[in-house]
Amino acid sequence: MISEKKSKRGVFLALVCVCVLLALTIVLENTLDPIKNTILFTVLKKGAVYALVACSMNLLNGFTGLFSLGQAGFMLLGAYTYAILTIPVDQKAAVYYLFGGSAVGFSLPDLFGGADSPVGLILGVVLALILGGVVAAGVAWLIGLPVLRLKSDYLAIATLGFAEIIRAVFQWEKLGPVTNGANALKNFPTFTSFNVKDASGAVVLRLSTFVAFLIAAICIAVILLLINSSYGRAFKAIREDEVAAEAMGINLAKHKRLSFCISSFFAGVGGGMFAMFANQAQAKTFTTAMTYEILLIVVIGGIGSISGSCIASFLYVAASEWWLRFLDSETQLTSIFGFQLAKPFKVPLLRNGFRMVVFSIIIMIVVLFFRRGLMGDKELPDLLRKRRTAKKKGGGDRG
Amino acid sequence: MKKVMSLLLAGTMALSLCACGGGGAAESKAPEGAQSAAPAASGDKVVRIGVFEPSTGDSGPGGKQEMLGMQYAKEETPTVEIGGETYTVELVPADNGSDSAKAPTAAAELVSQDVSLVLGSYGSGVSIAGGPVFDEAGLAAIGVTCTNPGVTAGNDYYFRICFLDPFQGTVLANFAKDKFSAQKAYLLGEVGNDYDQGLLTYFEQAFGGEVVKDSFPTNTADFSTYLNKAVAEGCDVIFCPVSIAYSTQIVKLAADMGLEIPILGSDTLDSNKVLEAAAGSGVQLYVSTFYQEGGSPKFDDGIKAWLASDSTAMTNNGGNDTIAAVTAMGYDAYYVALEALKAAGSTDPAAVKAALPGVTYTGVSGAIAFDEQGDAVRDTAYIKTADTANNTWVLETTQKV
Amino acid sequence: MQFALSIFLSGISLGGQYALIAIGYTLVYGILRLINFAHGDVFMVAGLLMVYLSAFLGSFLSPGAAIGVGLILVLALTVALGFAIERAAYKPLRSAPRMSVMISAIGVSYLLQNFATYITGGLPQTYPALPLLSNNVIIGGVSTKVVTVVTPFLVAVLVIALTQLINHTKVGMAMRAVAKDFETSQLMGIKINNVISMTFVIGSALAAVGSMLYFTNYPSIVPLSGSLPGLRAFVAAVFGGIGSIPGAVVGAFIVGMSESIIKGSPFSIFSDAFTFALLIVILVVKPTGLFGEKVTDKV
Repeated sequence: MISEKKSKRGVFLALVCVCVLLALTIVLENTLDPIKNTILFTVLKKGAVYALVACSMNLLNGFTGLFSLGQAGFMLLGAYTYAILTIPVDQKAAVYYLFGGSAVGFSLPDLFGGADSPVGLILGVVLALILGGVVAAGVAWLIGLPVLRLKSDYLAIATLGFAEIIRAVFQWEKLGPVTNGANALKNFPTFTSFNVKDASGAVVLRLSTFVAFLIAAICIAVILLLINSSYGRAFKAIREDEVAAEAMGINLAKHKRLSFCISSFFAGVGGGMFAMFANQAQAKTFTTAMTYEILLIVVIGGIGSISGSCIASFLYVAASEWWLRFLDSETQLTSIFGFQLAKPFKVPLLRNGFRMVVFSIIIMIVVLFFRRGLMGDKELPDLLRKRRTAKKKGGGDRG
Repeated sequence: MKKVMSLLLAGTMALSLCACGGGGAAESKAPEGAQSAAPAASGDKVVRIGVFEPSTGDSGPGGKQEMLGMQYAKEETPTVEIGGETYTVELVPADNGSDSAKAPTAAAELVSQDVSLVLGSYGSGVSIAGGPVFDEAGLAAIGVTCTNPGVTAGNDYYFRICFLDPFQGTVLANFAKDKFSAQKAYLLGEVGNDYDQGLLTYFEQAFGGEVVKDSFPTNTADFSTYLNKAVAEGCDVIFCPVSIAYSTQIVKLAADMGLEIPILGSDTLDSNKVLEAAAGSGVQLYVSTFYQEGGSPKFDDGIKAWLASDSTAMTNNGGNDTIAAVTAMGYDAYYVALEALKAAGSTDPAAVKAALPGVTYTGVSGAIAFDEQGDAVRDTAYIKTADTANNTWVLETTQKV
Repeated sequence: MQFALSIFLSGISLGGQYALIAIGYTLVYGILRLINFAHGDVFMVAGLLMVYLSAFLGSFLSPGAAIGVGLILVLALTVALGFAIERAAYKPLRSAPRMSVMISAIGVSYLLQNFATYITGGLPQTYPALPLLSNNVIIGGVSTKVVTVVTPFLVAVLVIALTQLINHTKVGMAMRAVAKDFETSQLMGIKINNVISMTFVIGSALAAVGSMLYFTNYPSIVPLSGSLPGLRAFVAAVFGGIGSIPGAVVGAFIVGMSESIIKGSPFSIFSDAFTFALLIVILVVKPTGLFGEKVTDKV
């Protein structure tokens, strides 16, 4: 487990997979009917965002063995930083209408020529996302000073507490000119801003899903590189046995802090992307329930498997918000397998809320009976190397 | 072996879910076809109207009551004449779970379902989150009772038929000054809830007098300290525009402790759950709302009969047949949608959107027309008070600002 | 003055109710080293059970009898629920890492909340008024319910009974032994599973009693009603030193009181944040809490 020597071939394969996938998103989004398939692309975008956040959580929980439940708090920091820095200057008055304008008088895309020009958009968004990550990492560093000394579940509950405190601070009315109080921040560039439009305003090239995938893929690739570096090996050593790791000369405090900050950085970037996905940033979205959601994704994918987290996040989002939706509506069957029924048959149990019941039962089954999740602590290339004949199902989900 | 197993597991899970999803979509479409089979005799064409409402989460009760109005209206008028042909109306619901993180997918689901326009939602946060999805898809949405200014601002495709928070907050502040000569008000809202906090701010601005402002965290149940604070501070009125779950707690507590300060509430408090909480006590409860029962006897009688005949609808209405204003608004929204379809002469979302700004309709809650922002031109709010002895709402006054 | 008294009363009653939940956390943590995230939701389910049972029993019993029978049934069913959760969701994971069990607990909590949403349709349910407890009394000019006054005494009685059980019975001795050293006590012939089940039974029973007191005071129940009291009670348990019953009770009263005071101050928006800040300070400064024992790390 410790020696995870990757063959060049596996890395190359993964790279090819990701490139193919990215190309595929462009092709699909531009060939499929955009209206009929809105749900598909919405789910893909959300899946990409959650994949990044789940990977960042996995880095901490799965690879370093630090059980943190503060992910939503760091996402909130990233989302707010992104939103505050990218709302166009001429929109500020409309967004901060309760506070008579924003205390932050500039906007990153505007500094580079406005969100309408490609340069301004790309530079502004990328810079704001990175800054979102930096803010999250900075706060993580501060929080880490006292908290990282705690063990397992105490650490979990303390980070959860910090996430709640962060949320309360952002909702504080006195900070309204910066955070917009309880109101949502909106009107900033989102994924759809990346769709290329012609002079008349009609969309000629849809890139929104591609952008979401690209950012997520780059970030996850960085996480993967980190995990396979000497730092990553130190993280894993800490996970396996802290005392032994320390005896081997690993600086526990430094490595834990590093892992915590890097994980928070990517959670912050993920939060910024979440704001882009949701078209708004509002503190009340980033609750403990969101952290739990991400934790469940990590568990379903396999603690300690990056590809598992990616696959699981797409499955999770699609299952909970798309595929199982039919369970929510009362249904009357008039025919079963082509046989006409004399009287419409009302399917029992189906009504509002049933979707989430079924979904939580599925989760419990996974947690109890498939304890190692979909992938255990293996990555896709590991599986492929051992058994080339196995069809590379789900390989496309990577990214 | 294990690896192969886990890979297989992943595969089968994905496939079964796919199959599940695919099969499910087909299933849920089949029955709706079946339901519309009877009226479809007049024509096989179907026009689909999306219903973007919460049925779970903290706005769930309100969302359900709003949907009742639409369901009843559909029961009453199941078909519409579009461009000389009769279409059967089909309502396509999507639960946004009162959660702005889930709203975009719920909205996307509606867009994918081929609807001609969308009604909803109860709660402004989810409307703001879902709005850009509709905007992107070129699908018009009619907000029913989302009163936050942010819903229609900057979104060409969002319209609404209700009044706005600045108006509602001002109305209530003026009412407090006129009726109770209030000098000092206690304002209470949920932390981080844009609806609550927005109304509190507008109330504060219009009120002018001294205010004490508090916010309670989500899922709070103990409000006794807050109410006692209002007493201790010597406030003349309490203004708490909070969601139904909290307002029942607050009103019940006020009833139990024999609070003498009048409580003012916004449209969310206009619910029979809140009325029940006040029953038999001396609580003075005033709410501003869109519709007062008795405004249209025909509508009242019709929907009461319908509620009595449909036990699920009755449960969703909170177990009795008091009509909430949001139900009346849902009812009106349905007819506005039909008017828009008629005016468009087509089920094409673009045509419907183009026709909507010109639509006018006189519903049970009053005349509805849209301004250039897409907001309803409304200048009247009904203020009603709880008759705690008889467990009904009584119209107190109608107020124009 | 009246306001101060009302803050005090509200703090006392909150504290008492948190104490009953906190004991459930502290017992389970003491033995399994598991933060039972589902405990707050068991508490909520106990409340919902009472709503449905009293309505159901009320159809063929007199109102007084319906409440009485209902209370007993709620107690029994909540205990059964706690037992079932342990057997179904925690027992299979006994040898798994602690994190897996905790995740399972989160899963159970998620399931209970979603199930409650499904059953209630998301509508707030009104808790039936209990005779006597729901009546109003005026203390020093402040109107409150009888239950507020009764709570601290009831908590005291239950805690004394519980400490007797733990210190002077065979089960109690087994519980203490398991809490001290899981494996050794197993070798000594203690039936671990029975002891753990017993812990969950006691915890759930106290949660049921807590729900009766809590929802009599705050009679509206929604699926998320359990999460906030649950978290606060957990903080209380940590504050008092997790694993210690008197600690949980003292911690609960401190948490309840400070919550009430913060609500009464102009910083009411931070009442939640304050609870957590308190927790973090305690964890960092004195991780064993007020009464907790020092646990040495096993290598």
